Amino acid sequence: MSEPSGNGNLLVADEVRKEFGGLTAVNDLTFTIPARAIVSLIGPNGAGKTTFFNTLTGLYKVTSGAILFDGQDVTDKPPHAITKLGVGRTFQNIRLFPQMTAMENVLVGMHSRLKGGILGAIFGLPGVRREEREAQEKARELLRYSGLRGVDDELAESLSYGDQRRLEVARALATEPKLLLLDEPTAGMNPQETVTFMEFVSKLREDRPISILLIEHDMKVVMGVSDRVTVLDYGEKIAEGTPKEIQKDERVIEAYLGKGATQE
Amino acid sequence: MPRRRDRARASVRDHRTRLVQQSGLHRVGSFWATLPKPVRTFSPAIALLAIAATYPFYLANLPSGNVPLIYSFPSIRSAVTILVFTTMAVGLNVVVGYCGLLDLGYVAFYAIGAYTAGWLASGQFQQVKFHFGSVGITHDARGIHISIWLVLLIAALITGLGGILIGLPTLRLRGDYLAIVTLGFGEIIPQFVRNADSLHGFDLTHGTFGISPIDSPGFGNTLHTAVGLPASYQQEFNADRLFFWTALGILMFTIFCCIRLRDSRLGRAWIAIREDETAAGAMGIPLMRTKTWAYAIGAFFGGAAGAYIASFNAGAFPSQFSFNISVFLLCMVILGGMGSIWGVTIAGIILSWLNVEGLANIGTWLNDNIFPQSHQIEVAKYQFGIYGVLIVLMMMFRPQGLIPEARRKREIEEGGGHGPLDDPIYEMRGADEPGAGERGSPGRQPHG
Repeated sequence: MSEPSGNGNLLVADEVRKEFGGLTAVNDLTFTIPARAIVSLIGPNGAGKTTFFNTLTGLYKVTSGAILFDGQDVTDKPPHAITKLGVGRTFQNIRLFPQMTAMENVLVGMHSRLKGGILGAIFGLPGVRREEREAQEKARELLRYSGLRGVDDELAESLSYGDQRRLEVARALATEPKLLLLDEPTAGMNPQETVTFMEFVSKLREDRPISILLIEHDMKVVMGVSDRVTVLDYGEKIAEGTPKEIQKDERVIEAYLGKGATQE
Repeated sequence: MPRRRDRARASVRDHRTRLVQQSGLHRVGSFWATLPKPVRTFSPAIALLAIAATYPFYLANLPSGNVPLIYSFPSIRSAVTILVFTTMAVGLNVVVGYCGLLDLGYVAFYAIGAYTAGWLASGQFQQVKFHFGSVGITHDARGIHISIWLVLLIAALITGLGGILIGLPTLRLRGDYLAIVTLGFGEIIPQFVRNADSLHGFDLTHGTFGISPIDSPGFGNTLHTAVGLPASYQQEFNADRLFFWTALGILMFTIFCCIRLRDSRLGRAWIAIREDETAAGAMGIPLMRTKTWAYAIGAFFGGAAGAYIASFNAGAFPSQFSFNISVFLLCMVILGGMGSIWGVTIAGIILSWLNVEGLANIGTWLNDNIFPQSHQIEVAKYQFGIYGVLIVLMMMFRPQGLIPEARRKREIEEGGGHGPLDDPIYEMRGADEPGAGERGSPGRQPHG
């Protein structure tokens, strides 16, 4: 694995700007993710968190600015190329492949790490068969690891909501990411599920050499796990620091609760 | 609601179980279960294949004329056409069923395949004389004459390449837009072959007359004398049988490849794209490349089938490549169950049969047995209406197709999630296309 560039940062976003017509969703945002860190991006609804996420993963083309991942310029690269470099993600509103089994979903995640070609598949060449067997074995392990038991052959759409969220993470992990982007992974979870999930996220970092970028709505959720928190509002960075610092930051409180809140 | 359905289903199951036990069939069932898995998996397929392969032998013993409803069993010549069109449907299933790309111009691939055979195995290019492994022609015959076996492969590869060329500009489009552009290509290519009889004075396609005669397959005199393989199909006494077995072989090969591909890394990627293109891209699947492969592979089989039927008919004619064929093939995929190879195969056989001779035969039987002499009806005239009603009924009562793809079937049986009726609109679209399937009469091609 190559050394992360930019002073030990795995990802560097330099003055990234994204406009939709007249609307500036992300406004010259400069943002870094250190190696093996959990960084959170929070902000009120419509602050531009998901848009920023989508520029990082190549779903949106940036209007201006540059994104550097693992020492390589990934600005305007297509999503699959960025995934191959090592960025895995989940989606805010679950986007599994509903009519594929849990297992198949994870195997799709491995796509860029497998080599099997057309002729190999048709003629059942031993190399391809072995690769497929190993991939299935690995997918099974990943499902266990993500807390999914006995649902390998269930269709993704028939899983419970919490399991679907877990499967999304398992699928993202299958891409073998160096950076895992989680877009509001606890949305729709009850407090207990949320706690369990955040414990899982902490464990993930201990077990694997990855960085995690977490988008959250809810400040409380991210406080426990984050090394650093960045707050967005109207596409701009309004604060950055440790969770403690952010909790006290006046501009943050203002953004969330309105101007009056800080004056009391 | 689902509970009630479950109960109803359970009672049906109980009833069935009882019937089976009364008949003693359960003993057969338990014996069946003791067989090793490969036997259970393959023996039904092998049995069906054997029934199909021996068809030419027992056809003569089957009752002919006045068989209830179907009047008579399809002739061997019809069976060849049926098999070839089924092969095309299975190829189209890769594009539409696996990858979810609605292709309304599949006939273009049929045309490219047929004309490639025309160029490489006929006297079309009188300017040159090139023979390579050709059979059944005189030594001084001018034109390019390459062995049909090789031509099949070349035609498939060229058509696959054509699929890539058509795919590159169009596959960036999604859904309906793709359908419209493919429709355009499906129209352009037949128009091109109709008009390309004088490209700066060069006769490429012989215009509306088409290319004819096209060489026949065969193994040549050496193999004929050595191991008794037919030297040239057309010169054999039972040429139709040979064409039949070869067509069956091509269909089997196509099915085999499609099954293998479905269960591969590439097949998963196709289905993932069908399910959610954005998510598939974000999971590392190169969308353009993967979709182009689906197109190329669909085109590959379409091209091989086109080349083969051109050789069988000993000609390629622009009138064969109407839009109706595209819709007709799409109907086979939809009626059979999108993504389901066996479903598409069966629907392909049934629909092609109806088109080639089935409807006319049913009409004859009805006239002979049901309708009075004074009110004779020519059923084939109403094929528009009949196919339309068939598809409407199918969509109402069995939208998932004859044999649904395993994953869809499971979903419907479990009653979970959304039904296929809520699936992407294209499922319905191709089906109730006005005039779906009619006039696309592959059986009416001029025989050269």
